Amino acid sequence: MPLLLEPSPNEIKEKKLYEDMGITDEEFQKIEDLLGRKPNYTETGIFSVMWSEHCSYKKSKPLLNKFPTKSERVLQGPGEGAGIIDIGDDLAVAFKIESHNHPSAIEPYQGAATGVGGIIRDVFSMGARPIALLNSLRFGELDHPRTIYLFEEVVAGIAGYGNCVGIPTVGGEVQFDDCYKGNPLVNAMCVGIIKHEDIQVGQAKGIGNTVMYIGSATGRDGIHGATFASEELTDESAEDRPAVQVGDPFMEKLLIEACLEIVKSDALVGIQDMGAAGLTSSASEMASKAGTGIEMNLDLIPQREEGMTPYEMMLSESQERMLVVVEKGREQDIKDIVATYDLEAVEVGQVIEEKRFRLIHKGDVVTDVPVDALAEDAPVYHMPSKKPEIVQQSKKTLSTNDPQTDLEQLLQQPTIASKEWVYQQYDHHVQTNTVIQPGSDAAVLRIRGTNKAIAMTTDCNSRYLHLDPKRGGQIAVAEAARNLIASGAEPVAITDCLNFGNPDKPDVFWMMEQATDGMAKACDVLQTPVISGNVSLYNETNGTSVYPTPVIGMVGMVHDLAHITTQYAKEVGDAVYLIGETTDEIGGSEVQKLLSGQYEGEAPQLDLSYEQKVQKQLLEAIQAGVVASAHDVSEGGLAVALAEKVMTTDLGMDVNLTGEDWIELFSETQSRFVVTVKLDNIKRFEEMVEAKRIGSVTHNRKLSVYFNGNKVIHHSVETLTDLWKGAIPCLLKSKV
Amino acid sequence: MNFAVIVFPGSNCDTDLFHAIKDVLGEKVEYVSHQEHDLEGFDAVLLPGGFSYGDYLRSGSIASFANIMPAIKDFAELGKPVLGICNGFQILLESGLLPGAMKRNAGLKFICESTPLTVEHNETMFTNEYEMDERINLPIAHADGNYECDDDTLARLEANHQIVFKYDDNPNGSKANIAGIVNERGNVLGMMPHPERAVEALLGNDDGLRLFQSILVNWREHHAVTS
Repeated sequence: MPLLLEPSPNEIKEKKLYEDMGITDEEFQKIEDLLGRKPNYTETGIFSVMWSEHCSYKKSKPLLNKFPTKSERVLQGPGEGAGIIDIGDDLAVAFKIESHNHPSAIEPYQGAATGVGGIIRDVFSMGARPIALLNSLRFGELDHPRTIYLFEEVVAGIAGYGNCVGIPTVGGEVQFDDCYKGNPLVNAMCVGIIKHEDIQVGQAKGIGNTVMYIGSATGRDGIHGATFASEELTDESAEDRPAVQVGDPFMEKLLIEACLEIVKSDALVGIQDMGAAGLTSSASEMASKAGTGIEMNLDLIPQREEGMTPYEMMLSESQERMLVVVEKGREQDIKDIVATYDLEAVEVGQVIEEKRFRLIHKGDVVTDVPVDALAEDAPVYHMPSKKPEIVQQSKKTLSTNDPQTDLEQLLQQPTIASKEWVYQQYDHHVQTNTVIQPGSDAAVLRIRGTNKAIAMTTDCNSRYLHLDPKRGGQIAVAEAARNLIASGAEPVAITDCLNFGNPDKPDVFWMMEQATDGMAKACDVLQTPVISGNVSLYNETNGTSVYPTPVIGMVGMVHDLAHITTQYAKEVGDAVYLIGETTDEIGGSEVQKLLSGQYEGEAPQLDLSYEQKVQKQLLEAIQAGVVASAHDVSEGGLAVALAEKVMTTDLGMDVNLTGEDWIELFSETQSRFVVTVKLDNIKRFEEMVEAKRIGSVTHNRKLSVYFNGNKVIHHSVETLTDLWKGAIPCLLKSKV
Repeated sequence: MNFAVIVFPGSNCDTDLFHAIKDVLGEKVEYVSHQEHDLEGFDAVLLPGGFSYGDYLRSGSIASFANIMPAIKDFAELGKPVLGICNGFQILLESGLLPGAMKRNAGLKFICESTPLTVEHNETMFTNEYEMDERINLPIAHADGNYECDDDTLARLEANHQIVFKYDDNPNGSKANIAGIVNERGNVLGMMPHPERAVEALLGNDDGLRLFQSILVNWREHHAVTS
């Protein structure tokens, strides 16, 4: 009997066995006080996962409270599987982003695949049909065999899962910096569509109602995954491989179809996926939110292996499992629906009046704790913070004498280079809604049965946050909004994934405070509330933290299909305009890294009211139909943005710029766009938008840039395209 | 005209095909579960793309034993149109309705892109609305699209004009650049590219629409003759 091998409550306390599960002395005392006795082994495990940072946000909650979360469009804010916004026509859009960093560092294919699977379940558990996936990825430089392996396998894992479940992967970003070498970031975002009447919440209401289990059987995989995700990675982390789950996208596809049919049934009371902390969190959270309790008989849980203990069952993170609460007496309705998808729904427990979380195993009560103790009573910490030395350096300057070569090299930096190698492995067409495919500023999907579309993007330039977390946090939100605006969409709301180091370190916590301050301010000004998100802390390898990386997933509304705009220049003769002022800001820029090998100095300035003004002007011009193409200026600055407007087209561009120094071609001054305008529309465009006319679109397939009258860049677009497209495949082939 | 879209567990282009027929072509269409046994009342059968049974064992292999398969074979024997796209093509190969087999793409990776094709044969019930040797673009999205057959089979395919579409840039290593073939009788077409993803200009390409229009035109001609 495995149960006999488990330590007794006294042993757990005396030998401090709880410490291995990530519980502190104070927390263990609090558990004892809440229970009025010592917890047994299963209960200790349950508290450890529910009170882990991953599930309880105990160290980040005070920061998350700063975010604006409401607007006229917000139907569901943070707290459920995903946030939901109203898009009119009785339709709504549900979305959320989530990290799977630690599993991906250890086992990249399955780590990334199950990250995709988990975020999809969060969305369809709200009743929404998943219609799009995005991924925000960070790796070390592609000069190390392990990094190349991680990059290739993460992409393969995302492709393997997303392609099989039939949800298009339409966008995202990949950036490369040394700080992510040992701890890559894998953030997956899912967007779903739902009719207002079908919106579900994960609540266990109605005393006596039945708790049912649907999906894969529970195995020993992923035990303590949530705790694993709440610790730093070390050289020994590979030994935690059992904490990584294995995905089955075919099962997920069946679950999606079955659950979306179940939500139409009035026999259903509540539905939640078993994500982090599996059965434990799904059951206890559903009860806690409904103000009820849950009793489950663990003997009834479908099990993949023999002899599983309650501890193992409750802490397993086996994938592709859902928990539903069904009106008593209507269990057969649910069984019949799922049977058409070759699935089984199994009765495992019921909703009880007492607000207890009670588990029975082989006739014994193995867990009996107050439900609120697990969710509501989780500790909240206000961590000490201290400004580190590195931040707030003086402004640095840099100059160049060969812009032509700089541009060639910048286009080959993996962060700037074409990501075709990545997105070609993702099915981005399936479901046939993708109007703008990966490669442009944002992905755009039409909404069937309407004349509207939604646009979506993920963004975060962590180098700016590294230099100034507050301003960098603002820039991340502003840049996401710029990408939507340039695509013809009105930014509506965001989901965020806060990737930081160890919050117990005051300088890391200071960065978290600053970054969230900046994000909250930008969300306020740009009117994009935070409706869902995820926190991933302890992103450190052997004591070194990744740059602060709060990834922004933003969704916007395209009010008329005619407003959809891409970044690519359209016609010969169109005028080229630059919106926004250019200065010589190079702190945290790609050109700084290229020419000096490091990031230093000040992050670019951001004036949020100016940002809001230019965004509004450009969107109104796009909506008025006077803009042919639009592209924001980001990594690599203006020269790279100009190249991106003509690469992959049959066109060229002649541009005349003025300024102080050639370095301004590559500076990363914020709040800028490059747009092209048909000659017929120039007058109206100039009336609507403050912009400087800088050139015209040509037929000669050359990018020619004059600076103060001197020709500084003159390059065949075809060669530039080859360099830009070839860079990543070339780095991967030169197996180092 | 009444189309059947067969739904296997794991099919994921079924809704795209349904949409193409109903909303773009404007014809009647119904989903038919893999559990069904007959196709009474349908004029064409469409096997969608996706990952039937998760591609476990081998792409299309488990689906080729589904309950509905004997009915599809009977339907094909009547000379009525059967179209398998992507995973549907793989199922047609596994079930012996078409010759040959699929291997993993030559580059060993999943490829999703728009790719140029040449219409090699425009006198089939699936391609009569295209010009002979016309160049079109269609999206592909597959990991196992590397068509393989022995030399005798290839010689027969060529002699009988069974090769309907060829890749211009062979993205997956297929033998003789084959992207789509018909059976000897010409009423069963299997193809890796996705015509149903290219039926609306809004999504950037409508080169695939004429494939469905061809089926409809052919059916109308026969319908006029027999009634």
